[in-house]
Amino acid sequence: MKVAVSSSGESLDSEIDLRFGRASYFLIVETDTLDFEVKPNEQNMDLPQGAGIQAGKTVVNCGVEAIITGNCGPKAYNVLESAGVKVVTGVNGTVKEVLEKFKKGELQYSVSANVEGHWV
Amino acid sequence: MIITVASGKGGTGKTTVAVNLATIAAEKGSVELFDCDVEEPNAHLFVKPQNITKKEVSTMIPSVDIALCNLCQECEKICRFSAINIVAKKIMVFADMCHSCKGCLMVCPTGAISEGARQLGSVLTGYSKQGFKLTWGELRVGEAMSPPLIKKVKDEINNLYNLISIVDAPPGTSCPAITTLRDSDFALLVAEETPFGLNDLTLTVEGLKKLGVPMAIVINRAEESKGIIDDYAEHENIEILGKIPFSKEAAKICSKGLFLVEEMAEIRAIFQKIYQKIYCKIVKTENKGEIK
Ligand code: SF4
Ligand code: SF4
Repeated sequence: MKVAVSSSGESLDSEIDLRFGRASYFLIVETDTLDFEVKPNEQNMDLPQGAGIQAGKTVVNCGVEAIITGNCGPKAYNVLESAGVKVVTGVNGTVKEVLEKFKKGELQYSVSANVEGHWV
Repeated sequence: MIITVASGKGGTGKTTVAVNLATIAAEKGSVELFDCDVEEPNAHLFVKPQNITKKEVSTMIPSVDIALCNLCQECEKICRFSAINIVAKKIMVFADMCHSCKGCLMVCPTGAISEGARQLGSVLTGYSKQGFKLTWGELRVGEAMSPPLIKKVKDEINNLYNLISIVDAPPGTSCPAITTLRDSDFALLVAEETPFGLNDLTLTVEGLKKLGVPMAIVINRAEESKGIIDDYAEHENIEILGKIPFSKEAAKICSKGLFLVEEMAEIRAIFQKIYQKIYCKIVKTENKGEIK
């Protein structure tokens, strides 16, 4: 299955980026083969608010079934949920470690945002 | 004439200054008081207004008719606030992020967007026993933006030459405070003699310089001797119009929600002097200096 992981670097050995909206990269990974693609989290810096929403749209447009990240605010969660993308939060470690746990079914999907959105 | 009472931080006695100044001003002429601290309004706790009227106010947000929407994304592109989004062939509006600019409404080629509303809170008015009118706002619980409601409170100001409007600004130097100070004829800055107080005062002064609003300082809970605010004011060439001394009696009166100018003769004299000085600064008439 195809999932996105918020990552601080461009490889599977990179640490998870705990931020969703302001994550450095998303790694788009095929969990069976661990083939992956790097998607920089490009943000329109001119926009005064909505980093989570923009990142949400980026992930949705990658056509993944789930996103694995540290923290996800309510707006981003809404975007992901409305596109049917499942959300896993509260993880840490390297991308590879997290994916191992995910494949073993040790990670749970969130049913809501796990942090408050904040105002710029 | 609009006199705004401001301070860099909360708890400096800004509202105390505003309500007491309004009481003195009401003895001399027509006055209205506006409490623009819509997140934590408290002037009404002192004024105890009578004959209160209340109106609900709202701001525009887009309302989308999905049947007419062709998902062209024009609305999403124009919105600087990420408040309207196309996600997986669905349109999503985040009402609480919308700044009511109507950009989406204007660019939508199919007429799918019409004007909806988000409740901001309410604007209230009432009259003090001295006869002046108080207007204040109460932000809806959960509403994240205060500037639109502050603007609704300010819309109630009748900017007439012979009517003094005293405005109690929200604390701080952020967006809500600046919104309130922008259109003032005069800013009275309430400062405290602490390093923190000075730091906040400096920020407010810098902001006001940019806005070009004339200003002066009043020190609350002042010490006998000259302090850091005196030095700063001298350096910046800003006049200190008065010092309200710290006293247990004054603190007690304030905590009971009473007017210092009605309870303590020496504080009454201080406020009279402050008001007279402000009046002279903003009203340039032949009988300059006379407010009787
Ligand atoms: S009115 Fe302006 S801020 Fe609100 S959704 Fe439309 S474009 Fe965005
Ligand atoms: S601009 Fe109008 S038609 Fe285009 S996506 Fe937005 S609501 Fe739909």
